[in-house]
Amino acid sequence: MRRKNQRAGWTRVLLPVMILLLLALAAGCSGQEQGGSTAPQEPEAAGNASPPVAAGQPAGAERSSQDVILATTTSTADTGLLDALQPLFKEKTGYNLKPIAVGTGQALQMGRDGNADALLVHAPASEKELVDDGIGIDYRLVMHNDFIIVGPAGDAAGIKGVSDAAQAFSRISQGRATFVSRGDDSGTHKKEKEIWGKAGIKPAGDWYVQSGEGMGQTLTIASEREGYTLTDRGTYLALKGNLRLEILVEGDPVLQNIYHVMRVNPEKFPNIPINSKGGKAFVDFMVSPEIQKFIVNFGVDKYGSPLFFPDAGKEQAS
Amino acid sequence: MVSGDPQVFEITWLTLRVTGVATLISVVIGIPLGTLLALRRFIGQRTLMALIYTGMGLPPTVVGLWVSLFLWRTGPLGALRLIYTPTAMVIAQAIIAVPLVAGLTVAALQQLPPKLRLQVMALGASRWQLIRLLLREARLGLLAAVMAGFGGVVSEVGAASMVGGNILGETRVLTTAIMLEVSRGHFDLALALSFILLALAFAVIALLTTAQQRRRPA
Repeated sequence: MRRKNQRAGWTRVLLPVMILLLLALAAGCSGQEQGGSTAPQEPEAAGNASPPVAAGQPAGAERSSQDVILATTTSTADTGLLDALQPLFKEKTGYNLKPIAVGTGQALQMGRDGNADALLVHAPASEKELVDDGIGIDYRLVMHNDFIIVGPAGDAAGIKGVSDAAQAFSRISQGRATFVSRGDDSGTHKKEKEIWGKAGIKPAGDWYVQSGEGMGQTLTIASEREGYTLTDRGTYLALKGNLRLEILVEGDPVLQNIYHVMRVNPEKFPNIPINSKGGKAFVDFMVSPEIQKFIVNFGVDKYGSPLFFPDAGKEQAS
Repeated sequence: MVSGDPQVFEITWLTLRVTGVATLISVVIGIPLGTLLALRRFIGQRTLMALIYTGMGLPPTVVGLWVSLFLWRTGPLGALRLIYTPTAMVIAQAIIAVPLVAGLTVAALQQLPPKLRLQVMALGASRWQLIRLLLREARLGLLAAVMAGFGGVVSEVGAASMVGGNILGETRVLTTAIMLEVSRGHFDLALALSFILLALAFAVIALLTTAQQRRRPA
């Protein structure tokens, strides 16, 4: 019969699949040789007998402890600051920064569980617990920007120019004007809850929308629904071009947004390989004069003003 | 970063690598598993089959969470230091794709005429000859299974961002990059990336479809 023919057909069918998959595998391998661009600690790399330290990296950085996991906030990712710092950190220290941008609540929890080596966060009250518990060490002030209350130009609740953030929140809730909350226990959300607390209001009702998203996404939702929201100035400036939101309230001392860096104390996690040297290197990196200068210049070319103001060395705001 | 940027190329290349390897693993596991389920009878077979069919709808975020729990440094497999690496993404995506491939393999084999199997056995074929022949007959369905597996992983974002961390130059793939650029308000860039993703998926599926349809029985 046409058995032979059929067999050839089967191979013909299989061939492209095999080629595709081989290609994928080859890609997986060739990627390892590039070293720098891909994670150097992938186990597949073991079969390639690549040198323990990728070329071009300063000696002394051990392969096993090259990665520094940084738990940080969405605002540092949404503004693009992290993407800019990542290669600089590698260049200066040889360590490979792995920034995981989550809400400050989750970032602090990652530190508490020993799932991060360093934290860059902005919720001083919650950070203090971590530091008091001895988990967060080398706790340093890095930079600040401020929170602002933004809303539609129409300003139905009439908060424009109000100097007291709590009073502005009262007017929003009295007017039942749409307010979009992060609702994700992030630093911004914690700040928002602090202001509601000051105003003596428990926000609830259909005017109070909880996005559960990062700052950028929340701003977009507020813009689309013509609502108010609390945002850090950096993310707002970075996204301003796409938003129909204006700055309505600013300058209240409660609206300060302060970023601290800290590393996770390895002694608290004897069974977990915390990269304490790498964590220390990141803390030192963030407060170094060079990076502080980089921070104050970051975003100026694009947005006309800095997104963050360096504070290292100034008195701790706690 | 918009056009012709090495970063975009890197992200696309990583997407192809991660989804390619994940699909390969899911084929290597899924097709034998599906074959076993379709051709043999054993205790717990129906339960396993129900589990696999349920797994075909496994939400990627659920897989991402479970895999994270295992791979976090505090987790049981934390010592492997796999969290936030492309390998972790491959693992999560393979878990997503295996039920798709296995489930569709079962379907492909079971829709062959039952008499075919009896005839081949009557002709004195060994078990391996039988399996080879049945797989050959079911090849259209098997390729569809591979495509479904690939489609499942190339489009998912939940697991990739949870176990990968969306790290620039390391674990940022097209889907997670799109999410980030949207949250940054760079809708134009997100749109450009989405076209790249669609083109990539189309190219791979077109290749598989060509292979599948070339030998389509008349």
